[in-house]
Amino acid sequence: MTSSSIKARTLPAGRVGAFSRLASGDSVAYALTLLAAGTIFLITAIIFYELYAQSAIPRHKFGWLFLVTQIWDPVAGQFGALPFIYGTVVTSLVAMLIAVPQGIGSAIFLSELAPPRISDALTFMIELLAAVPSVLFGLIGFYVLVPILQANVVPVLRDTLGFLPIFQGAFYGVSYFSAGVVLSIMIVPFIISVSREVLMAVPREQREAALALGSTRWQTTWRVVFPFAFKGIMGSVFLALARALGETMAVTMVIGNTPQIKASLLAPGSTIAAVIANEFTEAVGDLYQGSLIELGLVLFTLTFIINGLARLLIMATRRGTPA
Amino acid sequence: MNVKKIVNFIMFGLTGLCTLLTVGILFFILAYMAWRGASSLSWSFFTQLPAPVGETGGGMANAIVGSGKVLLLATIIGIPIGFLGGVYLNEYAGPTMSFVIRYATDLLNGVPSIVIGIVVWGLVVHPMGHYSAFAGGIALGIMMIPISVRSTEEFLHAVPSSLREAAVALGASKWKAIVTVVIPAAMRGIITGTMLDFARVAGETAPLLFTALGNSFWSSGYNQPTATLPAMIFTYAISAYDDWHRQAWAAGFVLLALVLTINIVARLVVSRGIEMPRGNA
Repeated sequence: MTSSSIKARTLPAGRVGAFSRLASGDSVAYALTLLAAGTIFLITAIIFYELYAQSAIPRHKFGWLFLVTQIWDPVAGQFGALPFIYGTVVTSLVAMLIAVPQGIGSAIFLSELAPPRISDALTFMIELLAAVPSVLFGLIGFYVLVPILQANVVPVLRDTLGFLPIFQGAFYGVSYFSAGVVLSIMIVPFIISVSREVLMAVPREQREAALALGSTRWQTTWRVVFPFAFKGIMGSVFLALARALGETMAVTMVIGNTPQIKASLLAPGSTIAAVIANEFTEAVGDLYQGSLIELGLVLFTLTFIINGLARLLIMATRRGTPA
Repeated sequence: MNVKKIVNFIMFGLTGLCTLLTVGILFFILAYMAWRGASSLSWSFFTQLPAPVGETGGGMANAIVGSGKVLLLATIIGIPIGFLGGVYLNEYAGPTMSFVIRYATDLLNGVPSIVIGIVVWGLVVHPMGHYSAFAGGIALGIMMIPISVRSTEEFLHAVPSSLREAAVALGASKWKAIVTVVIPAAMRGIITGTMLDFARVAGETAPLLFTALGNSFWSSGYNQPTATLPAMIFTYAISAYDDWHRQAWAAGFVLLALVLTINIVARLVVSRGIEMPRGNA
């Protein structure tokens, strides 16, 4: 205290504001933490700026056509993002179709039915699943899951749903479908842990009122608890979607890395993240490298929008929850 | 039994199956990795350099040390910024600043790891002219920041305001109250958050592909291309050699054991008896 007040007195009289405040220990602590917080803001801004600045060459050469061109031919200097955008969207959709029902189902079980102790233990295990590194999902996906899909799952899908164009054509193992299944396993834990939290935040009175009126547990859950938590659950779904869009290693290992657009889910393809991972270190020339960086910009923008939507939805439920 | 009871039964049965499936996948992964990994693991894995293509044997000693170096740098870069940023958010920031910083943190948390890899390549690798452990450390350090901010902020927030008031009433200035009372009260939580943060980036592969790259030999210092365990798993797994696949399983087992051990210790031992904010790790 004393040292800081002495220092404060040495400043010229009348100088108030930032400089005189810096003289006390309090202000040093303030400045230090502000600096760290400012750095975070700066890093985020630099990431966006770098992606934008480094992709100037393809942006000027191709313009918006970059997003809708199907050809990706480094030898001819032709770069279009469409096959990768398509692959990213399709694999994420497959993943969501599997993970959303499974995740919401598990979250309902954990919050509505399981006794608290069992629920906590199971949630702990599910959080461990979320901690498994992505590259290991790729390893197991490629050497274990793909053979299982090939031997047991795809023949069944062909027999029952083979009339759909999405399940036609040859299946070599690596495909949109395999990538979607691996992704679904990776994002399920996120849907479960956020949805469970949202469901548990639904006030007890809501459940008790419904049960008192003669509803079964399931009717209570489905007609009262679930609608109450709906926005937050959607938030968890969008968070998971943003993760699926940006996921790299596991997808790269099971998608086949072929820049093409095929209606069949059984065909090999590629995603934005996968093509960057595969080609970036070998990309020769500013146009090629710049095009890969522009793909990074597309991915950044995509996840930015989806994440923003997720936050809004989750914030809306927190605000909407009484007390 | 009437219809609605039957529906009740079936639907909750289905939700139970969903949970069983999810947890089952975890146990399958653990068992399979343990089986393939343990049978591939040998002492030389920890002590020897990778064998040249075509020869069997060898190990990943350089990748284990390389991962350690990159993670050490990442922690030195990421944790102080994240920790101080979290202190700022909870103790100093006004409404506008806290919105701006929190938003930037969320945004940073959502940036796909591969994108961070490209950006660090552009900022560090490209100007320096070569790949390095240093670049890898920066990439992972940036990834550590948002989680560190969030966990620090949440655990500081959980410290009762009566503690702060008591310290200030005894004559402590604000920063002294924060340093000697508030932060120690939140310490176990902050350490838990840091451990989980560390475990998360320990398995990151994508940003290392164009920053630390890889190396078949020892790399001295922080200024050379450096082998890391996750990047090595990737390279070995997609290679065409059976012996490399075997090594990939061994490395995967070591990595998984490391990550899960840190997770379990952090969640069960260090944070015992304190309420963990969910969904931030």
